[in-house]
Amino acid sequence: MFSYYIKLALISVKRNPVLSLLMITAIALGIGASMTTITVNYLMSADPIPHKSQQLFHIQVDSWDPNNPFNDDAQALPNQLTWTDATNFTLAKKAFRQSAMGMSGAIIEPAGDDAKPFEASIRLAYTDFFGMFDVPFMFGNPWDSNSDTKRDQVVVLSKRINESVFGGENSVGKTIVIAGRNFQVVGVIDDWQPMPKFYDVNNGAFDESEELFMPFSLKEELELPNWGNNNCWKSPEGEGYKAFLQSECINTQMWVELPNETAKAEYLGFLNNYVMEQKALGRFPRPLNNRLSNVMQWMESQEVVEEDAKMMMWLSFMFLLVCLLNTIGLLLAKFTGKSAEISLRLAVGASKADLFKQHLVEAAMIGLLGGIAGLGFAMIGLLGIKSLYGDFVDNLATLDIRMILVALCIALLSSIAAGLYPTWRACNIAPASQLKSQ
Amino acid sequence: MLKMTDVKKVFRTDLVETHALRDFNLHVGEGDFVAVTGPSGSGKTTFLNIAGLLETFTGGTYELDGQDVSHLNDKKRSQLRNEKIGFIFQSFNLIPDLNLFDNVDVPLRYRGFNSAQRKKRIENSLEMVGLAQRMKHLPSQLSGGQQQRVAIARALAGEPRFLLADEPTGNLDTQMANSVMDLLKSINAAGTTIIMVTHDGQLASQARRNIYVRDGKVSEISDADVSTPSRLAAV
Repeated sequence: MFSYYIKLALISVKRNPVLSLLMITAIALGIGASMTTITVNYLMSADPIPHKSQQLFHIQVDSWDPNNPFNDDAQALPNQLTWTDATNFTLAKKAFRQSAMGMSGAIIEPAGDDAKPFEASIRLAYTDFFGMFDVPFMFGNPWDSNSDTKRDQVVVLSKRINESVFGGENSVGKTIVIAGRNFQVVGVIDDWQPMPKFYDVNNGAFDESEELFMPFSLKEELELPNWGNNNCWKSPEGEGYKAFLQSECINTQMWVELPNETAKAEYLGFLNNYVMEQKALGRFPRPLNNRLSNVMQWMESQEVVEEDAKMMMWLSFMFLLVCLLNTIGLLLAKFTGKSAEISLRLAVGASKADLFKQHLVEAAMIGLLGGIAGLGFAMIGLLGIKSLYGDFVDNLATLDIRMILVALCIALLSSIAAGLYPTWRACNIAPASQLKSQ
Repeated sequence: MLKMTDVKKVFRTDLVETHALRDFNLHVGEGDFVAVTGPSGSGKTTFLNIAGLLETFTGGTYELDGQDVSHLNDKKRSQLRNEKIGFIFQSFNLIPDLNLFDNVDVPLRYRGFNSAQRKKRIENSLEMVGLAQRMKHLPSQLSGGQQQRVAIARALAGEPRFLLADEPTGNLDTQMANSVMDLLKSINAAGTTIIMVTHDGQLASQARRNIYVRDGKVSEISDADVSTPSRLAAV
């Protein structure tokens, strides 16, 4: 009978094209608005590394100004570490995996007479970065831990850089000139774009991942510029790059992988001891306040999903509700117009349950068509967001297959919900009077 | 096979109580062709609706094919309508968007027949009313008389025991009305019991049996065809 109901629904949609189009448009507008905001919220708040987001922790220690907290919240902690602390934490190797990291950039000079130099972003990190975040490799491997300490000039390339400099071939072992120095390529990573870019939300939670990866220790060696956010509560003591690195300015992120609660508790104990030792040396003037946040906690604390986006999503749901109320009215009008057919079907043996199913299928079909059209509106809405906010939301404003299915499910369920009352009304007409009056 | 005993039907509103049927008694035997006449508002159509299980009744008993239908639920009543009763209406009540094949198919869909069974029954029914060649036409492409023939085909497709007709020729001219009446008589001759409500005395006289309804009661009964087996008379 289901195929029969679908056939009848199609006939009914065609019978009243204007009314059907109005309903489909109403649902499509509601779905389009909802899906635009849901998609943005979904991508903003998605777990970027679900299989181990509970085991990865961002480190915060309160090294800030004794007279003023980091922000208006007295309990707020600085969102980055000093270069000194991050380096010390990493070299202590108290976690299963650990990496201080920062953002920089340099000029790449490709080989060949025609090739022009270009600028590329760099993620400075320790070798554990790759294992900790499950970075996929096309060719080669991360550098080994000796390179971290010996400050070897080794580099891991992104797929894009490998294509533009080496034509996409296996470049492991080859030399590339970065910042005027020769670097040996040890690996090329495959497409890798955690969304959000949780490991550095301070410097663009929805930016693309970096194009080059090299040992963190080279930051000091090569005096690489700081491309990320840098905050200071007091000026560096002395002049020059080294004084900047050793200052109380925060510009470095630090992540550790801790496989269980025991490891986490032990690591927090390590941090507390470290801070107490530093206090004895005259640093960390504020009360002891250290924190380990897992991936989702970290993104929430940094408000990766902005309040405005959440508000827009709820407003769009309200709009969908209004559209559905309109659809209820239109369905009532449509089903009332079918009272003669409904009466006839009752007379020839359809039960109320049969008719209920038939008309719910019709409501669902309208919902499905509205959902499909709504996806079109959602795409237009996302294009609007892209044009409004620019390229940096490119990764956010995209409908994936899951969101397409969500859109169709919402359209289907909401249209069925909207169809319940009109269907119930339609199935409870008195057939005798309708049959006589036709 | 259709037996109503002291059946009452009262329509109530906040202000008015209308007795449409009062102690309505009737027994219709198998193979009968009963014409029901009476003035407007006498209760003819109410009787037909109750007989066809389209309306419930307020009191009395009603047995259809030996089964008391007083307390059946919607599903059971629908099943009985589908299997035992065929309806013919004054205004044909064909579904305008469905072609003749699909219109005749409507009751069969609720019967659970498979596709081949339905096709055979539809073709046979349309053949019987002389419209097999036009089964892909829409109702709007047919004359009134032809549309009523389709309605008859639809009613017959499920091979019901009863055919209930409410003014089946009311919207037709005399020639078409006679043609439809001839068809009903041939259907009755083949064994289907017919109850027909009509205002037309000429048509009623062609039935085997006439009953006259007034003020919600059967007031007269006569056998038009003396050869018809005797039946329980209305009281």
